[in-house]
Amino acid sequence: MSDETKTITLTVNGESVTKLVDARTHLVDFLRGELGLTGSHLGCEHGICGACSVRLDGDVVRGCLMLAIQADGASIETVEGLTASGEVADLQENFVERDALQCGFCTPGMLITAAELLREAAPKTREEIREFLSGNYCRCTGYHAIVDAVETTLTQRLEKSS
Amino acid sequence: MKAPKMTYARADSVAQALALLAEHGDGANVLAGGQSLMPTLNMRLSKPDLLIDINRLEDLAGISVEDDAVRIGALTRHAAVQRSPIVAEHLPLIAEAMPHVAHVAVRNRGTFGGSIALADPAAELPACILALGATITVESVRGRRDIAAADFFKGLFETERQPDELLIEIRIPCQRPGTVHAFMELSRRQGDFAIAGVACAAETDGETVTDAKLVYFASEDRPTLAANAVAAIAGKVWSDESRSAAMAALSEDLDPMDNLQGSAAFKLHLQRVLTGRVLDQAIERARAA
Amino acid sequence: MSDSGASSVFEGPNSHIGRSLSRASARRTVAGRGRYTDDITLPRTVHAAFVRSPYAHARILKIDTADAEAMPGVVLVMTGAELAERSTGPWIGTLSCFEGMKSAPQYAMAVDRACWQGEPVVMVVAERRALAEDACEQIVIDWEVISPTAEAETALDAGTPVLHPDLGDNLAFTKTIDRGTVDDAFASADIVLEESFSFGRHTAVSLEPRALLADYDPGTERLTIHTSNQVPHMIQAVFARTLGVPEHNVRVIAPDVGGSFGLKIHTFGDEVAATAASIELGRPVKFIADRLESFVSDIHAREHQISARIAVSKAGDIQALEIDDLAGVGAYSAYPRTSVFEANQVLNITAGPYKFENYRAKTTVVYLNKVPTSQYRSVGHPIGISVGEHMVDRAAETLGMDPVEFRRRNVMPDDAYPGVAPSGVPVNDLSHEACLEKLIGLMDYEGLLREQAALRKQGVYRGIGIAGFIKGTAPGPQGYYGSGGAPIASQDACTVKLEPSGGVICTVGVTDQGQGVDTVMGQIAATALGIPLDQIRVIEGDTDAVPYGGGTYASRATAIGGEAVYQASCDLRREILTMAGILLQSDAETLDIVGGNVVTAGSGEIRVPLSEIGRIGHFQLGELPNDYQPTLSATRRFRLTELPYIFTNGIHGAYVEVDTDTGFLRLLKHWVVEDCGRLINPNLADEQVRGGCVQGLGGALYEHCLYDENAQLLNGSMADYLTPMAAEMPDIEVAHVETPTSESELGAKGAGESGTGAAPGVVMCAVNNALRPFGAAVTAQPMTPEVVLRTLGKI
Repeated sequence: MSDETKTITLTVNGESVTKLVDARTHLVDFLRGELGLTGSHLGCEHGICGACSVRLDGDVVRGCLMLAIQADGASIETVEGLTASGEVADLQENFVERDALQCGFCTPGMLITAAELLREAAPKTREEIREFLSGNYCRCTGYHAIVDAVETTLTQRLEKSS
Repeated sequence: MKAPKMTYARADSVAQALALLAEHGDGANVLAGGQSLMPTLNMRLSKPDLLIDINRLEDLAGISVEDDAVRIGALTRHAAVQRSPIVAEHLPLIAEAMPHVAHVAVRNRGTFGGSIALADPAAELPACILALGATITVESVRGRRDIAAADFFKGLFETERQPDELLIEIRIPCQRPGTVHAFMELSRRQGDFAIAGVACAAETDGETVTDAKLVYFASEDRPTLAANAVAAIAGKVWSDESRSAAMAALSEDLDPMDNLQGSAAFKLHLQRVLTGRVLDQAIERARAA
Repeated sequence: MSDSGASSVFEGPNSHIGRSLSRASARRTVAGRGRYTDDITLPRTVHAAFVRSPYAHARILKIDTADAEAMPGVVLVMTGAELAERSTGPWIGTLSCFEGMKSAPQYAMAVDRACWQGEPVVMVVAERRALAEDACEQIVIDWEVISPTAEAETALDAGTPVLHPDLGDNLAFTKTIDRGTVDDAFASADIVLEESFSFGRHTAVSLEPRALLADYDPGTERLTIHTSNQVPHMIQAVFARTLGVPEHNVRVIAPDVGGSFGLKIHTFGDEVAATAASIELGRPVKFIADRLESFVSDIHAREHQISARIAVSKAGDIQALEIDDLAGVGAYSAYPRTSVFEANQVLNITAGPYKFENYRAKTTVVYLNKVPTSQYRSVGHPIGISVGEHMVDRAAETLGMDPVEFRRRNVMPDDAYPGVAPSGVPVNDLSHEACLEKLIGLMDYEGLLREQAALRKQGVYRGIGIAGFIKGTAPGPQGYYGSGGAPIASQDACTVKLEPSGGVICTVGVTDQGQGVDTVMGQIAATALGIPLDQIRVIEGDTDAVPYGGGTYASRATAIGGEAVYQASCDLRREILTMAGILLQSDAETLDIVGGNVVTAGSGEIRVPLSEIGRIGHFQLGELPNDYQPTLSATRRFRLTELPYIFTNGIHGAYVEVDTDTGFLRLLKHWVVEDCGRLINPNLADEQVRGGCVQGLGGALYEHCLYDENAQLLNGSMADYLTPMAAEMPDIEVAHVETPTSESELGAKGAGESGTGAAPGVVMCAVNNALRPFGAAVTAQPMTPEVVLRTLGKI
């Protein structure tokens, strides 16, 4: 009943995947190492930096704070999936335009977190955007440009939907 | 920084989880949201033989009102508590505390019961449920029992829960008319653990606090109920004088620990400042009510 | 268009200079398709992990690796002594330009003694990182703990343990700059003010940790190192020399780099060890520092204590400044850039914007049993700027002068160049006056003063800070590197080639870590050549592909590398026009290149596209005269020839609120006026400034490597070492004054670090401005709430 390894089946970016995993392997090591999805990054492996953020059954979570074996039966989305679906194409475009990324290591986690804010489709102040993103560390940009890019995307979406 | 070798079992029922706990006791860790456990595994600070994953125990998740109390299942995610209209209506203290609990990704996964079971002395929720007089239900193969919050927190990451017991739910009395709440904390950065904080549930009569629960966190090894500070103001009309009296009396209630966050003197000072501010806010809310 | 009128090239209608173009590479990383070192997996890759010293100072009596070697998946266990046998010898982190400095020989891993907590001692290589860590836990080391030296203040006292007995004492370096008649000036001064300061130890916390994938091919005896790094050629030289592989057989590739900030320009023993393992095993070895080991093995920086005094006249003129600096570096001086550069830079730049002649600055740099320190973004500047600007503010306050008025009176005038800063370092093309006036308008200084006064009546304490600076950028061979044989190039180079298609390949020695080096170099080359940007591909970060260069450090990529690109592109343009002239039987002087076509100068009539020049120049050479052989490529190098640095200048403004009951600070707004010379890409320059500011604000408010008396790091995780996050950081408004440097035709100066240099000082000035009614001043960074409350006497 208890295992050191187990075969799991899960959906990753819309595709069903079946793999044998070690119980101790966390989700991002699995995504990167077993599936070659290197868009999710490891910055601290103790749940502070947010570089490993992925979507679990629709909600953003820390990928380093979850075992791959726990994802059996779950649906995972990574930045590669969000890119392919076009869900954050406008946000990505605004990131590039506004130079809201430099080294880019935090960017996938930042996008996935921001996508959750955008999904709420409610007006936000810059302070609220900053607060929402406060669990994602960026050493390069100083955050100002990231807040700009998220704010612009939110404004554009709200204008479009109204 | 990779977790040590371990075995894993996914519990598909509470009974199964309890059986595993009975069998493995101290050698097993319950894996709920994992937001505190997983870092210690990755750092190899904890090395359980067995992880018992309870994330599929849907029975343990959910929020409902029963008999003038809100029942929060142990596995309820922080995000669900934060979004809950029931919590907003009946437990405004907890609703006010929730945005201070970590960050969105952690709240999506971390659980209410996990925070209570871990009993981090700097965490918000243990202080809140102590201020609100909650009851914690735990269960083992030996049976189910209720523990008052006042008896639950025993020390640094130490609780009344025994190694074979699983936290099932927390029942928190609904806020009654005539009572007000206030919550404040100081943390260096949004979502960090607090360096000082207080949860306040007060009964008021006009400008007078008749009784109150002031619970301080991020100071001692567990959330601390301040009796002397309350005694200093109970029954008195709120004034600069009673404010100062409460702040002064706090040193009889609180003996903060020195740690990386700051010295004991610093923390006591901050808690005093918060005492004045939190009571100001409580009175203001009482006036508005 | 003629080459002599360089400025018209930059300002012409087809110029790509001064345009805020977005970065092409960002489209890749934003889609999760970045390629960082850990994303590269080669066949048969194995993974290294390290046993590190748990003690700050301890002798290694015995190492038992037997159990570890027997663990599943383990392919190699190597001790420090075994690695030493495979190396050419220890490093010594000294540079001859630092007269009298000394450092002990350092091996890549501890051989018989560990000198800091975290020093690598044994390497395990296994099929997977987790298995290597499992085996690390099975290694048993008998330690004999030795008393550590943990405090800089007592490091030179008799009775304090000497880290390296062969050095005689714990002194790494001492230096005094003494200009003018300092003692006389203080003796006769109207007013003398004194202050002491302390600055905590920081570390870079690049989000991508240090990372390396070494791949030695025993057949060809060639070594390829993929590494997250800013200085590929330096890594090539150091690793080749240390491991006895000929330099020309070593290829270093810096793929996408997930942040570096000066961290990734140093030699790290664990990376050398992993490379040695690849040579030993003949298979790829990957080492990715995890976050916990990063905190105890990445270089640290700062940790200074300074006492300062300033002399001013009643009229408001600075008469003299004296500073005495004590810096606590680590157990060894970092190789090859040393650990004393920072202190030296504090001496160079303190009070750099001001015109006064009596300046004395002394530093004493001592060894401690801590992680080695070395260059980290804006080396020395946060310290020197904080000290200088605080002393200036105190002088103004004592005289009852507005801080802006005092600065107006004392900054070097904009027509005073070339000149020297108080320390004697040469400065040129600066604009303190213009920047100051622009800042005052930008931040609405008068409006802020009114708001501050109104709020103070309500018990709200807001502070306004102003801090000017000079910043050393783009060092030349007259400066520090290049002396004493260290393999650090201060020149940089570019090769541009016209391809048969008419496209241009531009290879550069400088590297990109997300600043947009590739975009900026493309803008420069496209402008000089007269071609569209999408006709150029910039290649960097591969020693097999690019001309030899120093890489990216010290805000040099655009100033040095950019000029090399400009010069090389001008050469190629001349050759293209010469060849076109031959083909078209026209005088080359009458031709120009616009939009990728050779045109008639002036009229713009298209004569021949570059694709035709490329086709003929590569395939149809018979159409050219026999005595004419075009290379269709040009290589140029650039270095500074006279100055040690291109000094830049600028000024910051900050608006903060202090909760005087809790000591908590709120950063309300931050303004910067920067003069980084000619702006190639204003938006990218702005983002360098903004990001730099927040890195500085982190140091000013949060970041601090805390050690106990046993020199144990207490907060080596991201949960405990606090970095700046989005919620607490302010919006940052950036403006520019453009004074091109006379050192190059392009006129660009460095822009990457000054934000980090000046932000701590301006926030300290703002906090102290807020605290003025209390007669208190904070002079310790980080300015934690506890520090603020102690300053206020509330605890």
